[in-house]
Amino acid sequence: MQTKTTKAFYLIPYYVWIVLFVVAPIALIAYYSFFDLSGNFSLENYQNFFTSVYLKLTLSSFWYAFLITLFTLLIAYPTAYLLTKTRHKQLWLLLIIIPSWINLLLKTYAFIGIFGLYGPVNAFLNVFGIGETQILFTDFSFVFVSVYIFIPFMILPIFNSLDKLNPSLVDASRDLGASSWTTFSKVILPLTINGVKAGIQAVFIPSLSLFMITRLIAGNKVITLGTAIEQQFLVTQNWGMGSTIAVFLIIFMVIIMIITGQRDKGASANGKNK
Amino acid sequence: MEKTSKSAKFYLALVFIVLYTPILYLIFYSFNSGGGMNNFESFTWEHYAAVFSDTRLIMILLNTVIVALLSALIATIIGVFGSIGIVFMRNKSLRRSILSLNNVLIVSPDVVIGASFLILFTAIGVKLGFASVLISHIAFSIPIVVLMVLPKLQEMNSTLIDAAADLGASKRDILTRVIIPFVKPGIFAGFFMALTYSLDDFAVTFFVTGNGFSTLSVEIYSMARTGITLTINALSGIVFIVTLLLVVGYYFVSQRGKNPVGMGGRK
Repeated sequence: MQTKTTKAFYLIPYYVWIVLFVVAPIALIAYYSFFDLSGNFSLENYQNFFTSVYLKLTLSSFWYAFLITLFTLLIAYPTAYLLTKTRHKQLWLLLIIIPSWINLLLKTYAFIGIFGLYGPVNAFLNVFGIGETQILFTDFSFVFVSVYIFIPFMILPIFNSLDKLNPSLVDASRDLGASSWTTFSKVILPLTINGVKAGIQAVFIPSLSLFMITRLIAGNKVITLGTAIEQQFLVTQNWGMGSTIAVFLIIFMVIIMIITGQRDKGASANGKNK
Repeated sequence: MEKTSKSAKFYLALVFIVLYTPILYLIFYSFNSGGGMNNFESFTWEHYAAVFSDTRLIMILLNTVIVALLSALIATIIGVFGSIGIVFMRNKSLRRSILSLNNVLIVSPDVVIGASFLILFTAIGVKLGFASVLISHIAFSIPIVVLMVLPKLQEMNSTLIDAAADLGASKRDILTRVIIPFVKPGIFAGFFMALTYSLDDFAVTFFVTGNGFSTLSVEIYSMARTGITLTINALSGIVFIVTLLLVVGYYFVSQRGKNPVGMGGRK
């Protein structure tokens, strides 16, 4: 009986946190989405969301997120695979992770210089006779920088699942006459699919919502759902519309979580450590 | 065999080069006496001097560190007690729903967290500034601490607590002498993660920071929006060194804290 009161006491600040910072914010977002600019209750925001402007924005945001996730995966999977084959793999993994600890804005800022009109990439292109090209403020630069930033977050869960893979399964598959491609598609990939799913989760959702990279690197050319929310909240001050977009972003997030859902606790979506 | 390993090495090397080039590029030009991030003129420390003589920037750096340390500390305390509560929860479905609520803030996009916190602070009348930033950082760090501490707590054998209680330990003794020492590595990892999340955060802070208060990320963003300033490069040089020291320090401490049994599975 005594321990019961202790339990409750332990949990008070934690419960307060859950109510105040997990439940209340979501409820407030949902609540605000039903108010128009002048503060009247209406479904106007939802009607607006289903107009071509916002649907187009959602589609293009998804398209960019898809591209970013695809390229990140294509680069990260082989890297993770080769990392598991190195001798000091934990050390190499640490070296892969270190860049993800550097402030994201600093890394983004670096590309303003690298992709600039007089930057090294343009100097390099000049050598091949391609004149100065505008790389900054294009959708290419946006996708490139995002892929760059997300690579470590994709490598980590894939590395963890590859690391857990029993190598004798691969040997067995080869001994039984499977080609390398068959071994990969029928043995390695299915056994590490949870890591891939965790990686997709860790990359796709943030790429829908990033707004600082679009602002700094893509100018106003690329608008993602995140940019739209930031715009509505901090520039236009239309919290109702911003909340409506946020509601849809949350819905998309839940759908993605369900699709990539898993019961495996080992492959953490948390990119920074573990 | 030899051939594949060579192309493998090449591929890995390429990935490492791509990952590190932008960072080294930034740091390299922080020593440039010219104004921009091309045409290296001559070596200079002037941009570093500019960082240290700019009192506003130093204040922002201090703010960032204070917010990070305070929020990590408070989040760790709340998170540790929360996870102890969760572990001893009998009702399984309640435990599962609490855990899913715990993870909401981890998976939510930063923009949504920032926007919803902005609404929350305006609704309950918290003035935007130091307090709102600190509270938000505590809020998004708590679930990370819980995720770090919980596995350690689950590892702990409950007979340890029974034994302590049988031997006459008070509840406070059980907590401070049995539970806390056992989960110390988890607490340490949680604190460290909370610290880095806070130092790294931009989006949430950007929403709830108001006018008078700024952290390093927000300041870098507003500086970068106006174009290239080599002060940012000097800042990134400092940040890189500090990050490296933190990572190396954390690596060594966590290696030392690891029990030998845990090492068994690793080759």
